[in-house]
Amino acid sequence: MQNDGCRTPDIGKRGGTMILAKTGNEAMAYAMKQINPDVVAAYPITPSTEIVQIFSNYVNDGLVDTEFVAVESEHSAMSACIGSAASGCRSMTVTASQGLALMHEMLFIAGGLRLPIVVPIASRSLSSPLNIHADHSDSLASRDSGWMQFFCETVEEGYDSLIQAVKMAERTSLPAIVAIDGFILSHCLERIDVFEDKKIQDWLGPYKPNWNLLNLDKPILVGPATLQDYFFEFKRTQIEGMNKALPIVQKVMKEFKQEFGRGYDVLEEYKCEDAEAVILLMGSACGTGRAAVDRMREQGKKVGMVKLRVYRPLPHELLKQSLSKFKHIGVLDRADAVNSYGGPLFTEVTSLLYNVADRPKVLSYVYGLGGKEFAPEHAEKVLEQVLLGKKDELVTYVGVR
Amino acid sequence: MARLKELCKNEELFSRGHRACAGCAEALAVRQILLAAQKPVVAVMPTGCLEIFSSIYPESAWQVPMIHTAFETSASTASGVEAAYRFHKKMGRIKENIRFIAFGGDGATYDIGFGALSGAVERRHRFLYVCTDNEAYMNTGIQRSSATPYGAHTTTSPAGTKVPGKRQHRKDIMEIMIAHDIAYAGQTTVALWNDLVTKVQKALAADGPSFLNVLVPCPLGWGYPAETTIEMSRLAADTCFWPVYEFADGKYEINHEPKEKKPVEEFLKPQGRFRHLFKDEKGKEIIAEIQRKTDEKWALLHKKQEAFK
Repeated sequence: MQNDGCRTPDIGKRGGTMILAKTGNEAMAYAMKQINPDVVAAYPITPSTEIVQIFSNYVNDGLVDTEFVAVESEHSAMSACIGSAASGCRSMTVTASQGLALMHEMLFIAGGLRLPIVVPIASRSLSSPLNIHADHSDSLASRDSGWMQFFCETVEEGYDSLIQAVKMAERTSLPAIVAIDGFILSHCLERIDVFEDKKIQDWLGPYKPNWNLLNLDKPILVGPATLQDYFFEFKRTQIEGMNKALPIVQKVMKEFKQEFGRGYDVLEEYKCEDAEAVILLMGSACGTGRAAVDRMREQGKKVGMVKLRVYRPLPHELLKQSLSKFKHIGVLDRADAVNSYGGPLFTEVTSLLYNVADRPKVLSYVYGLGGKEFAPEHAEKVLEQVLLGKKDELVTYVGVR
Repeated sequence: MARLKELCKNEELFSRGHRACAGCAEALAVRQILLAAQKPVVAVMPTGCLEIFSSIYPESAWQVPMIHTAFETSASTASGVEAAYRFHKKMGRIKENIRFIAFGGDGATYDIGFGALSGAVERRHRFLYVCTDNEAYMNTGIQRSSATPYGAHTTTSPAGTKVPGKRQHRKDIMEIMIAHDIAYAGQTTVALWNDLVTKVQKALAADGPSFLNVLVPCPLGWGYPAETTIEMSRLAADTCFWPVYEFADGKYEINHEPKEKKPVEEFLKPQGRFRHLFKDEKGKEIIAEIQRKTDEKWALLHKKQEAFK
């Protein structure tokens, strides 16, 4: 298969940018080409396989300097990334779903070693039953592994976020997942405006590791055993690293905007000024949410949407400030935390708001598991209920037969 | 052939003061291997005895850079480290010729990390993988592995009243590694220090992946007095229970041909893990089966040595 993604010329005609039609996977691969990582170790998995394929073309056509390691499993992909990142290399892999689940053990090790590995994923459900379509079960199951997590609404946002994530990861010494929804974004063609390779590379600059296993002048031991005396202290500093990551993430977003003229916030409000009821959600369904809000606004209903882009580090204060303005909030989770008191994002939101005076009424919805359709009609139905501010069941499973 | 006179002048890269049990042959092997390898060398190790006795923070026995990630990841982590080295080399950021040694016990090598090892060797990363084989999962308390010999008692293949120890012969890891078109593969044991040192040097000189399988007797797991570790190691070689040989350039070479091939009983008898075999008729049958398999493998090895001359 010829991947036209790697044949695209780079010369920008529009002030250093170029408009292209790209699928999410093509755009992520294109961003990886421009990042030009030192080492990529990856294993294919639907729906992110194309990223690895296209990137392999970049490697074999000599368009990147990357050492590409076509490993024999995702577990080895993450292990190899840990090895290369510990050896002073900007390191990336690509995965989704079962692949991320197979990496699970190593995600914690990358997090604990504070290695800034960056991973685009095409979000997909976890088996069983087997399903290749979008939901956020994979990344949310990795929530406590010490990785930053970014969720994207569009292909262009995925492209931008992946580039930004490299700088964020290196400045915070935290690994990062950048999620585009499987098939919905990974396989859908969108218009994206890309920047020049050189501009991206100059903006990122070279990777300057905190330490390097291959520095023979200063031999180090990476990954020692620690017992009751030091383990907790190591973990405490790691947690502190994530606690302090948000301002760094915001600063990088700002720098990106200054350099490239477009950007994002940690969370974004849509038509929320006088809204009485809002929905909070992440990923591609935010587009659906906008459509629903628009329709209902036409009918004079005071509804809005809050889009959360950064799941880790969770923007505690920003979320609190934003959400405490509203009377009713519906939190939409594209994953279920089986038998938890509501969806995973819902429980975080209710915890955040617990100590807020006159706290809003918060309702829990789980939608779109395994790629189940989530259309503007579904979002409208949710919003109607959120406007009322009450429902019988704790969690409403949207659109389930 | 290494010369002891010269070897003893080399810098010790695995220092004293680590927490290995008395009589631990794995610690001996690692020390000898690093002594033979010399700098610049970068080591990788899995979770296991070696990691626990050599790296408890804030102490380290390693005088060379060392990375540990997880149990099954010695070869895959080494893949990443070696890829990083190739990148730095390509970009002119590293001038030295660094050699990489990934360690793993038989659990990490034969079993849980087997896929990662196979993958790394297939990809031709230039590194030496050393299996320090003590024939069971010792770190977790002596459970069977696919390297555990037939009839041996372990805590998950106990010598019971119905089933007397492990019911399967061990996996032939050397043949599996040789089937990867590996640049160099060698099998040896700590008693034969010169053979071990020579093999390390050959393996590191090979242009591609190489593999060493080193039998490291474990006093605790095998059940023998700590001071007889080297004796156990030598008996394994002299009974041909543990054939000492190498594979290089498409040829097999037996490196330790005992003057008089001893019966396996002499190796089995001093060990607690085979004690139950010396109690009844059923035990005798098992010993006979171990002898039969040992002879079969030994004869086959001679045939291979002849056939590929």
